[in-house]
Amino acid sequence: MRRTPVRGDGLLSAAAAVAVAAALVLALVVAPQDGVQGVAQRLMYVHVPAAWVAYLAFATVLVSSVLYLVRRELRWDRYAQAAAELGVGLTALAIALGMLWGRPVWGVWWTWDARLVTTAVLLLVYVAYLGVRRTADDPHVAARRSAAVGIVAFLNVPVVHFSVVWWRTLHQPPTVLGPEGSPPIHPTMAWALATGVVAFTLLAVLVVRRRVARLGAEAADPAAVPPGREAPPVVTVVPRAGR
Amino acid sequence: MNPPTARRRALSLRLLVVVGAVAAALALLGVSGLADTLVYYRTPAEVLAEVPAEDERLRLGGLVQAGSLERVGPEARFTVTDGVASVPVVYLGALPAVFAEGQGAVVEGRLGSDGVFVGDLVLVKHSNEYQPIGEAG
Repeated sequence: MRRTPVRGDGLLSAAAAVAVAAALVLALVVAPQDGVQGVAQRLMYVHVPAAWVAYLAFATVLVSSVLYLVRRELRWDRYAQAAAELGVGLTALAIALGMLWGRPVWGVWWTWDARLVTTAVLLLVYVAYLGVRRTADDPHVAARRSAAVGIVAFLNVPVVHFSVVWWRTLHQPPTVLGPEGSPPIHPTMAWALATGVVAFTLLAVLVVRRRVARLGAEAADPAAVPPGREAPPVVTVVPRAGR
Repeated sequence: MNPPTARRRALSLRLLVVVGAVAAALALLGVSGLADTLVYYRTPAEVLAEVPAEDERLRLGGLVQAGSLERVGPEARFTVTDGVASVPVVYLGALPAVFAEGQGAVVEGRLGSDGVFVGDLVLVKHSNEYQPIGEAG
């Protein structure tokens, strides 16, 4: 696959690799096993970072959308698109990991409590946002519509986060970003979680920068065939002459 | 100049996808029953204050009272309490591995006329505390 070079990516990739390695060791080896939930609790070290970095991605969509409307530069629209695509993927990941965690601990893969329902709605809303992005051929018309939806859609994020505080749910209330001061979590577990969040964030920044660079290159040179849509290489099979 | 028909068709297809996704989101809210979702379970005090109809399916949630769990053959009996009131539960089936006395649980089922809640699904509601064995607060 052809790569779009982005300045500073080398350093960022190295930092991400170190953070991922550290997060894996902390989450799987160093962090103690949870007294109640056992080994399944270790899913927290990926489930929570996936959810938080999804929030961060949607916040990026919000800020980029506002910046587009203020400056009318398509660069910000590309940031919004890249962040929304990543946010959708991470929300789906958080749901999938949450299901894997819920089955052994709660006893069910899925249940209709407020946290789970609002998260599913969040995912669908941003899938719809990605659809809205492609409803106009004029890039500025598409960017304007997307920016409006990208700003309003962010209302879902606080609803998801506070669903476990506002309403009575099966999902536990937040441990770290909760209303109370000191989080009820063992310090080593908190470090493993923090390292996981750093790793996910660095990877997210890397992915969004690459995607924005690629979208920019495509916009600058519309004649260039986007990757994945090239015609497959023609393979000609010439029968060998029989001996 | 009119855009080519193929492009117009592609546009309406995209619009269809968007409208479909929004409709799916609304349908999801409808299916889940917004009221049931906002209050996922009722506490023993609420159930006793407003006794549900005998055929009404509901979720009862609270703490599994310490010392109340007994297993008789395939049947589990325990008491769910909220500190104010408590409701005895009978459940036929395997309890989740994490289920324990003194921990949170949500039981789906019906309240019998004898005041015993007949559960057909037991869910564990764990707290937001994470501590290794022996240090659980």
